[in-house]
Amino acid sequence: MPVESVFPRLEPFLPTVQKPIQYVGGELNSLVKDWDEAEVRWALMYPDAYEVGLPNQGVQILYEILNERDGVLAERTYSVWPDLETIMRREGIPQFTVDGHRPVGAFDIFGISFSTELGYTNMLTALDLAGIPMLATDRTDEHPIVLAGGHAAFNPEPIADFLDAAVLGDGEEIALAITEVVREWKREGSPGGRDELLMRLAKSGGVYVPKFFDVSYLPDGRIQRVAPNRSGVPWRVDKHTVMDLDAWPYPKKPLVPLAETVHERFSVEIFRGCTRGCRFCQAGMITRPVRERSITTIGNMVETGLKESGFTEVGLLSLSSADHSEIGEIAKGLADQYEGTQTSLSLPSTRVDAFNITLANEFSRGGRRSGLTFAPEGGSERMRKVINKMVTEDDLIRTVTTAYENGWRQVKLYFMCGLPTEEDEDVMAIAGMARRVIQAGREATGRRDIRCTVSIGGFVPKPHTPFQWAAQCDAETVDRRLFALKDTLRKDKEYGRAIGLRYHDGKPSIIEGLLSRGDRRVGAVIRKVWEDGGRFDGWSEHFSYERWMSAAAEVFADGPVDLDWFTVREREEVEVLPWDHLDAGLDREWLWQDWQDAIDLDSEEVEDCRWTPCYDCGVCPTMGTEIQIGPTGKKLLPLSVISG
Amino acid sequence: MPEGPAPAPVAQRLRVRYAKRGRLRFTSHRDISRAVERAVRRAGIPVAFSAGFSPHPKISYAGAAATGVASEAEYLEIGLTDDRDPARVRADLDAALPGGLDILDVVPATGGASLADRLQASEWLIRLDGVTPDAAEKAVEAFLAAEVIEVERLTKKGLRRFDARSAVSACVLDRRAMAAADVPCAILRMVVRHSTPAVRPDDVLTGLRQVSDLAPPSPPLVTRLAQGPLDAETGELADPLDPDRQAVPPGEDALADTGLASVLSGGTTEPGVVSAQP
Ligand code: SF4
Repeated sequence: MPVESVFPRLEPFLPTVQKPIQYVGGELNSLVKDWDEAEVRWALMYPDAYEVGLPNQGVQILYEILNERDGVLAERTYSVWPDLETIMRREGIPQFTVDGHRPVGAFDIFGISFSTELGYTNMLTALDLAGIPMLATDRTDEHPIVLAGGHAAFNPEPIADFLDAAVLGDGEEIALAITEVVREWKREGSPGGRDELLMRLAKSGGVYVPKFFDVSYLPDGRIQRVAPNRSGVPWRVDKHTVMDLDAWPYPKKPLVPLAETVHERFSVEIFRGCTRGCRFCQAGMITRPVRERSITTIGNMVETGLKESGFTEVGLLSLSSADHSEIGEIAKGLADQYEGTQTSLSLPSTRVDAFNITLANEFSRGGRRSGLTFAPEGGSERMRKVINKMVTEDDLIRTVTTAYENGWRQVKLYFMCGLPTEEDEDVMAIAGMARRVIQAGREATGRRDIRCTVSIGGFVPKPHTPFQWAAQCDAETVDRRLFALKDTLRKDKEYGRAIGLRYHDGKPSIIEGLLSRGDRRVGAVIRKVWEDGGRFDGWSEHFSYERWMSAAAEVFADGPVDLDWFTVREREEVEVLPWDHLDAGLDREWLWQDWQDAIDLDSEEVEDCRWTPCYDCGVCPTMGTEIQIGPTGKKLLPLSVISG
Repeated sequence: MPEGPAPAPVAQRLRVRYAKRGRLRFTSHRDISRAVERAVRRAGIPVAFSAGFSPHPKISYAGAAATGVASEAEYLEIGLTDDRDPARVRADLDAALPGGLDILDVVPATGGASLADRLQASEWLIRLDGVTPDAAEKAVEAFLAAEVIEVERLTKKGLRRFDARSAVSACVLDRRAMAAADVPCAILRMVVRHSTPAVRPDDVLTGLRQVSDLAPPSPPLVTRLAQGPLDAETGELADPLDPDRQAVPPGEDALADTGLASVLSGGTTEPGVVSAQP
């Protein structure tokens, strides 16, 4: 069947929608391969608006890696805004890729990368517009394999009914492995239809096929058992870990959008994983162990990336970039090399120590020293001990004093509200900390124009973390504590005006909690919300708490479970969790012990296994991995001579 | 805090004609200026920067076709810290831009009137799918017969009312182009003087609709074919870069045909526009 571009049908309507440029493709470094020459075709989606989705590293990397292979084609698709959705429905235009404007339903694999659960309703829009049946069990050999990846795929159970498959962990190697399985199967003439293909993928234990597992429940609503329903399907599905980041120096040719997007820069991931052991942090737990990219590869990637893109900013990404074993040399080397070229360097780091400032100084040579960010996460000493973020208030004050002395005028502090065992006074302690920060800044500089911004996020307990058993704090309590904090700062004549407070109300966190720790019964709620018009739930102007509440009430009306059961209920050690059969490598007993240590005031701090002996979290032996860090002693050089 | 060394002065100013074609007609002016800045970096063109904490590359734009409008004749001026061969800049910059943003012509600025002052009028091509030539012809006749045609447009400053007729110095049906088109349509060519408030092609369309029963079923496809000084006698537009082109031997500086056929087919084929040969 010939696959034609839908662009001629779309084009007449583009002048009538918001920011039409986001739908036309044609970005620098994008490409459209020949359809008929490809044996395996991927449509890759980031389920949010183009401006958020385009810069996504995961999608860009897979796009490049897949397209580099002979006989493999990958194109990208993003969520369309409701104005275009209405037109597409009216005109019968299917969900399309921005590269070739080909209908998503015509591809072999429809891969969706979820960094957050709030993209679930957008996935349903895309499936529906693509003409792909929403339930995996309704799909035929005509339809693509719908495959989820990204952090949210570590518990894909709430969307299990809509997925054919999910993969956990790093995508580079497994995407290619899946491609080869599909290629084989198609070359053989697609024997056994999609079920055989899914079986071939599932057999390895590296791809999760939800419909090959049955979930049974106890009368009280808890899960009784999750078990494979056919022979040959392993009981557990493993995550994937790329061990040599230097062998995967992507993106080499970053996509440069014409439309304005949220990150206008070239990003290099300088390492993956984090072993600091912050208990709230799912990203840190599921990406273990730490694997560094070498200083030489980083230098080369920055050079090629800038040359290929023309970007003026480089971001050195990771979960805690200041922790790279050679970050000092990297910072100085890049700052030297790009001095005077109007290239700015940024390093997202929230470490609360003086080293962070040394790096920031290096990166802002000759430029404006606007803002520095630190993340104590918890307001009180006790709270920080519970989450294993061992920073004292005195440390923080010493650090910000140094920052102000170095010419920085604004400090941003990140905290969370609703953490396990949190009391009102723990949140109120944030005010005290912010006051001391301003005071220290005024003393250090003798100036009054010192500012501090406090940003507070709602805590959501996540799967595969020690807090996976914890009760989520209800929205009313979170809102009450945040309001009290705001009130105190407002009334503070001496410091209040110097402190900015940013937070969201507690309601979206509850829905995120439902989607994070939900099981397959939550799928009906997602579908109901979508049918009621739910779209773009990550955007406050589109998110409706009421819509989620009423959908949950309706779906759970007769059952033993409800929204509270999934969110504010504490779980016991023996309870089968919906994601227990999905293996991030973390030893369940270690996680449980870490949860017990969290609530035990006399417990010891968990240190970072990069610098202290292994404490047996379980990941390395289970996954056959090991920590990979420098220093390598290598140089950022060789530098190419920049010819004039 | 260090302010850094003073930026290098401008050694050469280049005037650039570029096109936005095909899908890239949906780029906004901001999109284009970001793309050009990046292309200048990729191409290694030694652009000059302004002084200060957040230096800006010295690239200025003379007018800009609206989002959704294609163009064969957009202009910008770029300041370099070092002399460069204009033909090479044309090739390098074109290669560094995404296809659809195409550099057509680069000449060194030689003073005289500013680029903005030379861009006195535009020639537009408007394609109306699903409109019969007869209906379009009647509308054009009625439009040209009128002295004043007041139209309204919602601007950022609210609803404005102004005359759309007097700025239009010519408006004809392009029968040759219509015969070559792949679907039934009416194609208009018109010359519109730049005035304040600006009369845009859609204002003229509003006027055409007001004086007749013209009702295009889908949004028009608008292309700017040329911009430049308007010859009062002939009603033709001259090339605004001609005054800068003195050093180039005559015969090689004339713009070739603007590639009407490629414009009509959505700009997907190679355009017939060439720059001065080296
Ligand atoms: S197994 Fe040991 S070395 Fe590996 S991540 Fe866990 S604690 Fe660190």
